[in-house]
Amino acid sequence: MIFFAVFYLLPVYVLLATSFKSFAEVSLKDMWKLPQDISLDSFQIAWRGDASKGVTGLSKNFINSIYLVIPATIISSLLGSMNGYVFSKWKFRFSNLVLALIIFGMFIPYQSVLIPIVVVLQKIGLYGSIPGLIFIHCVYGVPITTLIFRNYYSTVPTELLEAAKIDGGGFLRIYRDIMLPISMPGFAVVMIWQFTSIWNDFLFGLVVAQKPSIQPITVALNNLAGSYFVEWNIQMAGALITALPPLLLYIFLGRYFMRGLLAGSLSGT
Amino acid sequence: MKKTREEKILTFLFILPSVVLIAVFVYGFIGWTGWVSLTNWKDVVPDFTFVGFRNYTDLFQNLRFQISFKNILVFTVLFLVASIAVGLLLAILLDRKVRFENVFRSIYLFPMAISFIVTGVVWRWMLNPGTAITGSLGINMLLDEIGLGFLKSGWYTDPNVGIKAVVIPAVWQMSGYVMAMYLAGIRSIPQELSEAAQVDGASNWQVYRYIILPLLQPITLGAVIILTHISLKIFDLVVAMTGAGVGFSCDVPALFMYDTTFRGNFFAQGAAIATILLIFVAMLIIPYLRHGLKGGS
Repeated sequence: MIFFAVFYLLPVYVLLATSFKSFAEVSLKDMWKLPQDISLDSFQIAWRGDASKGVTGLSKNFINSIYLVIPATIISSLLGSMNGYVFSKWKFRFSNLVLALIIFGMFIPYQSVLIPIVVVLQKIGLYGSIPGLIFIHCVYGVPITTLIFRNYYSTVPTELLEAAKIDGGGFLRIYRDIMLPISMPGFAVVMIWQFTSIWNDFLFGLVVAQKPSIQPITVALNNLAGSYFVEWNIQMAGALITALPPLLLYIFLGRYFMRGLLAGSLSGT
Repeated sequence: MKKTREEKILTFLFILPSVVLIAVFVYGFIGWTGWVSLTNWKDVVPDFTFVGFRNYTDLFQNLRFQISFKNILVFTVLFLVASIAVGLLLAILLDRKVRFENVFRSIYLFPMAISFIVTGVVWRWMLNPGTAITGSLGINMLLDEIGLGFLKSGWYTDPNVGIKAVVIPAVWQMSGYVMAMYLAGIRSIPQELSEAAQVDGASNWQVYRYIILPLLQPITLGAVIILTHISLKIFDLVVAMTGAGVGFSCDVPALFMYDTTFRGNFFAQGAAIATILLIFVAMLIIPYLRHGLKGGS
């Protein structure tokens, strides 16, 4: 077990050991050694950029990702909650078929919709913009948020709803007064899941956001690491900055993260 | 529940936005892509002349297409076997009521929270074999130091290794997920079962071999399907770590599609690759969805 723990932590060690070294200390021979002095130089350059080294900083892209992730997470979670309510408590003829057709959307290779996405976003003037990316993430987030909420609401006893109906509660009242108030753990699971996957997305960002100034951070990190003259310690600092927000969520709210993970495998059904 | 007319309308209105979006952006777009794959669009300007299956027959002759599909096959098999073996082993180890279980579990699972791009960037550095001038670097250097120098490899820079080197970070990232699935499965097996077997004189090994493993079969099936579909679509990790590699030795279909479409502007050809990829994923996922949702309701 210790062996595996070492295997999983090895990249973290390299990441930390490399990114906290000062430029004077960086030498390929010593890549496995810990830094003598903790230096934040690499982070400064990875964050702010350095024209003399031809490095564009990630700060702008970090902000882009924040702007992108927050609305997309909220909207797709709300849609998922509404769908989940219907698919668990207000089933209709063929509702399971419709649900399956929606969920299939989370498994498709996005390559099979990329060309139309580009064409349509260009037509409606959202191509190459953050709102365009938000829109795309909302659409393709619906399947997973629907699935998680459907499973979550399925555990609410139907008798509770029937009692509410006898008291005169209708479709909307039940949703607002019974379902939403007990939905907070469900929202936590869904929102953490969506935040993480949208933050970590690369393909949509790459295809929809061509301009460096609006690229999300994953795309910018890939560009930073793709230029061969950028030192490894700057690359590692950039990687750490990119990984940080989802990692913090994982560290502090790991319980909810686990549940989202298992929901993605349908085993919650 | 019995529904009034008003409630029927509200039910419909609640799911309407999502249903319309999915209908257009998933099914409409898949159809659109399928149609593009039958046209002659191979420039920035669209050309919708119908050419039948020519793009497909051209593809099957294309060397890069053949290599990328062979690569994804090799990658999928290795990735599946390694992730499931590691995931199962970790789940069994963790199940034995070890101290600091939470700590270990968190360590095995944290890579799931990280972007494939970050994983790719870090592992590219670690699996960088170095050059004659720099000497061994990264993992190779470490192997030298602990006396396992014979295990050194050119990793992703060696065309003979190529895509197999990408399996290592992929397993690093995904095996924790498999572990979580198995652990949840093992924990849901009633304790009495294994206790009864132990009373009858079964050893620990026998309990796992004859009681727990057979009961975990549905989880293995689920893991195989989830991992295979992730593997077929793999893109980010390859882009960040290696690109297509020497002689396309690291190439995969998703990357081939991206290059063909958005770098080469061969839109119809790209659409054909995407369609083939989709068919493979659909063959895997549709039976799974039918089974999974039927069991759930």
